[in-house]
Amino acid sequence: MEKRNPKAWLYLLPAMLFLGVFMVYPLIDVFIYSFEEGYNSASQTYYGVGLYNYSYVLHDPYFLQAVKNTMILVAITVPVSTGLALLISVGLSSIKPLRELYQTIYFLPYVTNTLAVGLVFMILFKKTPYTDGLANLIINWFGGESIDFIDGPYWAKMFVLCFYTIWVVLPFKILVLTSSLASVNQSYYNAAKVDGTSKWRIFIKITLPMISPMLFYLIITGFIGAFKAYSDAVALFGTDLNAAEMNTIVGYVYDMLYGNSGGYPSYASAAAIILFAIVLTITCINLLVSKKHVHY
Amino acid sequence: MEKRIDYDKIERTAGIRKKVGQTIVYVLLTLWALVVLFPFYWMVLTSVKSYSAYNGEYVPKFFTLSPTLQNYVDAFTTVPLAKYFANTFLFTIVTTAIMLVVIVLAAFAFARLDFKGKNITFALFLALMMIPNELVIITNYVTITSLDMRNTFWGLILPSVTSVFYIYLLKENFAQIPDELYYAAKVDNTSDLKYLLKVMVPICKPTLVTITILKVIECWNSYVWPRLITDDEAYYLVSNGIQEIRENGFGRENIPAMMAAVVVISVPLLILFLIFHKKIMEGVSQGGTKG
Amino acid sequence: MKVILQNLTKKFPNRNKRIREDVVAVNNFNLEIPDGKLIGLLGPSGCGKSTALNLLCGLVKPTEGKIFFDDDDVTNLPAENRGVGMVFQNYALYPHLTVKQNITFPLENLKGKEKLSKEQMQQKAYEVAKLVQIDELMERKPSELSGGQQQRVAIARALVKMPRILLMDEPLSNLDARLRLQTREEIRRIQKETGITTVFVTHDQEEAMSISDMIVVMKEGVIHQIGKPQEVYDNPINLFVAKFLGTPPINVFAGRVKEQRLYIGDEAILTVKDVPDQEVYVGIRPEGFLLKKDGPLSCALEEVEVMGRDITVVSTHNACHNEAHTIRSIISAENIKDISSATVQFAVKPGKIHIFNKETEERIYFTID
Repeated sequence: MEKRNPKAWLYLLPAMLFLGVFMVYPLIDVFIYSFEEGYNSASQTYYGVGLYNYSYVLHDPYFLQAVKNTMILVAITVPVSTGLALLISVGLSSIKPLRELYQTIYFLPYVTNTLAVGLVFMILFKKTPYTDGLANLIINWFGGESIDFIDGPYWAKMFVLCFYTIWVVLPFKILVLTSSLASVNQSYYNAAKVDGTSKWRIFIKITLPMISPMLFYLIITGFIGAFKAYSDAVALFGTDLNAAEMNTIVGYVYDMLYGNSGGYPSYASAAAIILFAIVLTITCINLLVSKKHVHY
Repeated sequence: MEKRIDYDKIERTAGIRKKVGQTIVYVLLTLWALVVLFPFYWMVLTSVKSYSAYNGEYVPKFFTLSPTLQNYVDAFTTVPLAKYFANTFLFTIVTTAIMLVVIVLAAFAFARLDFKGKNITFALFLALMMIPNELVIITNYVTITSLDMRNTFWGLILPSVTSVFYIYLLKENFAQIPDELYYAAKVDNTSDLKYLLKVMVPICKPTLVTITILKVIECWNSYVWPRLITDDEAYYLVSNGIQEIRENGFGRENIPAMMAAVVVISVPLLILFLIFHKKIMEGVSQGGTKG
Repeated sequence: MKVILQNLTKKFPNRNKRIREDVVAVNNFNLEIPDGKLIGLLGPSGCGKSTALNLLCGLVKPTEGKIFFDDDDVTNLPAENRGVGMVFQNYALYPHLTVKQNITFPLENLKGKEKLSKEQMQQKAYEVAKLVQIDELMERKPSELSGGQQQRVAIARALVKMPRILLMDEPLSNLDARLRLQTREEIRRIQKETGITTVFVTHDQEEAMSISDMIVVMKEGVIHQIGKPQEVYDNPINLFVAKFLGTPPINVFAGRVKEQRLYIGDEAILTVKDVPDQEVYVGIRPEGFLLKKDGPLSCALEEVEVMGRDITVVSTHNACHNEAHTIRSIISAENIKDISSATVQFAVKPGKIHIFNKETEERIYFTID
């Protein structure tokens, strides 16, 4: 019926051009960079080919710090945010009046500028000579000692970072889970009710399996997202993340690029590929686990 | 008769349980709503406190009796906030506009036209969705630098004018338009491009609006790429601007003025959200993720 | 178990928010369901029969009135505590559980003294699965079953805890015609074997008539008539019930009573005593016609449909109260030879004729001399 239409390529041309230049070429190039030893971005020359970049990155204490931070961040924020989102969504779907208002409020952080609101969080948690800040005020109410969450001990800083990250990622998760809960056919719940099933058992035996595909989707994307954490940390601790001991892997990559001496794209590439490998591994593990536990 | 009493008790406990449960749910939901809203409240509150009042409060106060707009004046006069704003505006509009053209054309080709290698090309496009930004940004940085486009608008804009995900979304939407419309248009001797603009685009307007809004949000909040590619204040976007303000502007301790800047930066998106919140939430639940 | 509904009323707020008035789904129900019987709640869609069922199982709370299970007032008892079994229209089988897990699901909810061991649950599940003949399918998932098999699993799940009352919401509507016939016999058999008081909802009068001990005919939230299927069919109390029961449906004519004679058009077809002169609707069952050379009702012949045992004579009469004025009458096949000309003459069987008030559509009773 339809003729082969070579003009189609014309329509695709802009997309292919941009994708080619800014996605496909860089994807290949990043691997090349990562093996080029001693690349100089000014003269675009290098000494040799090998694994030195990887070895350098893996022995760089800043990188190791970044990996440690990222791992802790992932390990805390993914389960906590997913669990919290589940709790909130279940609560949301059990009420009728005001539901839409709550839903809208919960979504607000999604449309805010991470950097700008991060600044507000910094002020809430920061201890300065003039004020201990609001967070400390609350701690004092409960009889605790003031802590500087922004320039203070490691775990205090990590706490704020996790807290802010969760605050930022929750809207998306709540939204997805609420709509997934709403799509469960009401008659399953009615059937379970008539059979005298307790609320808790309905949740465990029916609700959870029914939304398990979405839940796993959220966990997988949650892992990927958390591994790429960066701007939340910048918002709280400023651009010099290494000094704050709060750098993330992505932060390390960018710092390597944005060095004062014109940058080290080779180290950055090696670090980015290591990150990619970690994310890929975790995602594969997640998929395997979800295959076992998602029911359909 | 003994059984009867039993029933009454069950009824009553069930009633009480339900009420208690509902109350707990509302309390918890309200608690989280406060956690979400509080930073916004605090930022507005702080932005209307005067510099001296703010610094005078060792124990922060939850309200102020003498609000001032001086901080907003400072925000626009002491730092080039208006410039950041204008830059972001320009960046957002141009990026979104170019992206719309690019994705509409590509989605049209995939949804409507038939050509050799269509399936494989589409599969390759989809595969590109898997590529994390972090991997390609390094080379892009080098590319833009070597093209001498650092600290230019084109350098900011070009890498973000395509989105495979939006092409996919739009293609699915285009594909739902019945073929008969296309054949009817062909019989009337309508050109492909005219058909695309006069029939397909209007029909898929809701999706296009959703995509536009999501892209605008993304542009408005973009930070990483602009940070890499600009170090001249004349090209800062609001995110970089706010970071700059934090590190160098106002003198480090003028927090009320900083908060005024934060409010100003947040307001456009909040307004957009209030108007389109249904659309935005729908669009995001369709598969958008942050960043 | 006996079930009594007393002045039961359920109002829903109107979906169209501009209309303040509530929608009355169930209006002042009074019904006594005897122990161990199969009751069919019958009515056109939207008549409130599903709401009535949901009131019985406790998923919906009544606005007014009371529900008794034997002597216990269960009106405000939550669904969880009523101990009813329910088969949902779409079966509501949990897709992630196997057939066996679906069936044992209600048993696992039992607490305290009633708690069962794993073995007891297995045993009960197999017993009930045998009863509905699905014991071969226990390890399958619902998605691997046909519609009829899913239906049986749903029944098994509802029955496994030996409920005091079994409720079924349109149990056959998702099945194809052949399976429907078979399954309704099955439901009848299972109900007889278990002796559980059963209420089922349907819009299909044939289905209700064929298996129920008692039918309840409803329209717009109001019970119109309660009785044994044959009684209701033979003695409808109003035009709606008369029209709703029977296939082909009753033929309705505009007629009048004058000086103790019933007229359709200008033809006096019957002598009716004790009825004042008035305009009426005349309902004649398809089987109420007799072919007779000098019969009073003369109709234009349209078509003869041969069905084997019977024939359906399709003819028209101007007084017939439907758009095409068509009458469907069922005649014994032996009489086919009597049909030859373009008009047919009918006499009528007095017992198959009902007359109804033209305004209220209520039945007018008459005596034949």
